[in-house]
Amino acid sequence: MKSVIEIKELTKKYGDLTAVNRLTLSIREGEFFGLLGPNGAGKTTLISMLCTLLEPTSGSATVNGAHVVSESDKVRQSIGVVFQDPSLDELLTARENLEFHGRMYGMNEEEILKKSDDVLDLVELSEQSHRQVKTFSGGMRRRLEIARGLMHTPKVLFLDEPTIGLDLQTRNHIWKYLLKLKEKHKMTIVLTTHYMEEAERTCDRIAIIDRSKLVVLGTPSDLKKSIQGNVVRIKTKNGKKELAKKLERVRGVTYVDIYEEGIAVSVTHGSSFQQILKIVSLKKFAVESIETHEPTLDDVFIHYTGKEMRKDEPYSDAKLAWKAGVR
Amino acid sequence: MMKEFRGIRAIWRRELIRYSRERSRILTSIASPLLWLVVFSSGFSAFTIGSGVEYQTFLFPGILGMTILFSSLFFGVSVVWDRQFGFLKETLVAPISRISIFFGKALGGSTIGMIQGTIFLFLGGLFGIGLSIPNVLLVLPILFLISLIIVSTGLFIGSHMESFEGFNLVMTFFTLPMFFLSGALFPLNNLPAFLLPLTYINPLAFGVDALRALLIGTSQYSLGMNILVLLAFASLTIYAGAWAFKRQK
Repeated sequence: MKSVIEIKELTKKYGDLTAVNRLTLSIREGEFFGLLGPNGAGKTTLISMLCTLLEPTSGSATVNGAHVVSESDKVRQSIGVVFQDPSLDELLTARENLEFHGRMYGMNEEEILKKSDDVLDLVELSEQSHRQVKTFSGGMRRRLEIARGLMHTPKVLFLDEPTIGLDLQTRNHIWKYLLKLKEKHKMTIVLTTHYMEEAERTCDRIAIIDRSKLVVLGTPSDLKKSIQGNVVRIKTKNGKKELAKKLERVRGVTYVDIYEEGIAVSVTHGSSFQQILKIVSLKKFAVESIETHEPTLDDVFIHYTGKEMRKDEPYSDAKLAWKAGVR
Repeated sequence: MMKEFRGIRAIWRRELIRYSRERSRILTSIASPLLWLVVFSSGFSAFTIGSGVEYQTFLFPGILGMTILFSSLFFGVSVVWDRQFGFLKETLVAPISRISIFFGKALGGSTIGMIQGTIFLFLGGLFGIGLSIPNVLLVLPILFLISLIIVSTGLFIGSHMESFEGFNLVMTFFTLPMFFLSGALFPLNNLPAFLLPLTYINPLAFGVDALRALLIGTSQYSLGMNILVLLAFASLTIYAGAWAFKRQK
């Protein structure tokens, strides 16, 4: 399949801090591609470079055949972006924000009218379309931003944490629409998200980025297969290291991951569950809970990054990227 | 090319919508020059300027210039504002050149400056300024030109500033000297010789002089000379502003 984004050895440094470190990656045309990573892993910095807002320190990247530095105008021609941080004009009405966007992207007035009706309807803001954005709640603003990103049906759409703070129903709505767009227009969608289930359900492929590097890349099912057998999660605060050491020795345990809230153990069929239980029930470990399940993306994430994906507090490197890049 | 033009128009239109929604901006921008005019002209009513022009009449074009100076220079803060509220990203990521973004903003700001000036101009009738239609039609482009120079300067400064505080600091550093050395309050030939060179690099000095030539018929330089100098200033500041926007990544 043809690739639409080619990233080679891409690096971005802010002084001593390396936000993206020699990252190489290619994203295929028409793909729904997920970038996952713990807070501050460099996802937003990567996206900012791809949409020409930040210049890489070294390495190269092309989007739709155009180089992000030397042909940035061409790149901007073919992309749409929904930023993580708000970027609406509060004094304008919802519709005026969309109109502005359409005009900036060279749409004619007829198209603008039709398309803004469509997208307003999609995010259920039709009735509020004449209201100034400053009267909108956080969720409404978020929806409007997504609507705006869809206005001009770009070749590649970047979504940086698009559904954060939205209720389940709206989120489902939006994903459905995005999938439809992807089918219909062969649109390539690159997103970062904290919602693992969404990533699992919608993404064709997923890249996990941790500490500014690409850790693993694959389809959700391949990634899950990389964790053999089932997963046992043990929640505890005390003696995680000791507990992990003991569990490692149990037959059939393929690996043990320590993360913030406890330990995740992957067990294959032949493993001795009884022995695990025995270790876990030792008093000194003060185990709060144990659960076992088939591997999820969450487990993949813990396995490769040692961190659990936080759903509630997205810290962004967006502010950092913005400050360093745009003065 | 057409696309760039549409982008410029979109940005220009946005600035005008924003202006129309900020009533307080419109009010204060009229109230403060009026206050200047009333207080100064009554305080100094005993003075007459050279050719027997009443001080109040002499002062009016100066205060008109001041209106434009304050509102236009301050317009540069909109860049800082757009950055703080994230809207700048929306424009920077659009397939429009940085230079067009600059022109959209500059034209928006100058149109607003011209509107502010025009409102104030009509109040001039109360201060013995004879307004005729050809007169006004000639004054409008001059107002626009002055505004364009100062807005471009403001945008140049704004695109280098990260905070409102920083912007305001730099603004005060510019506004007062520009105002006092513009001839708005008194004829520039009353200045001590060592300050005179500063008036030559002050576009507002030529702007006020041009307004005076048109509105009360007395001026230091000829109208044509003033317009030429203003055009030169405009090319310079537009170039600087566009360059600053181009650097913005």
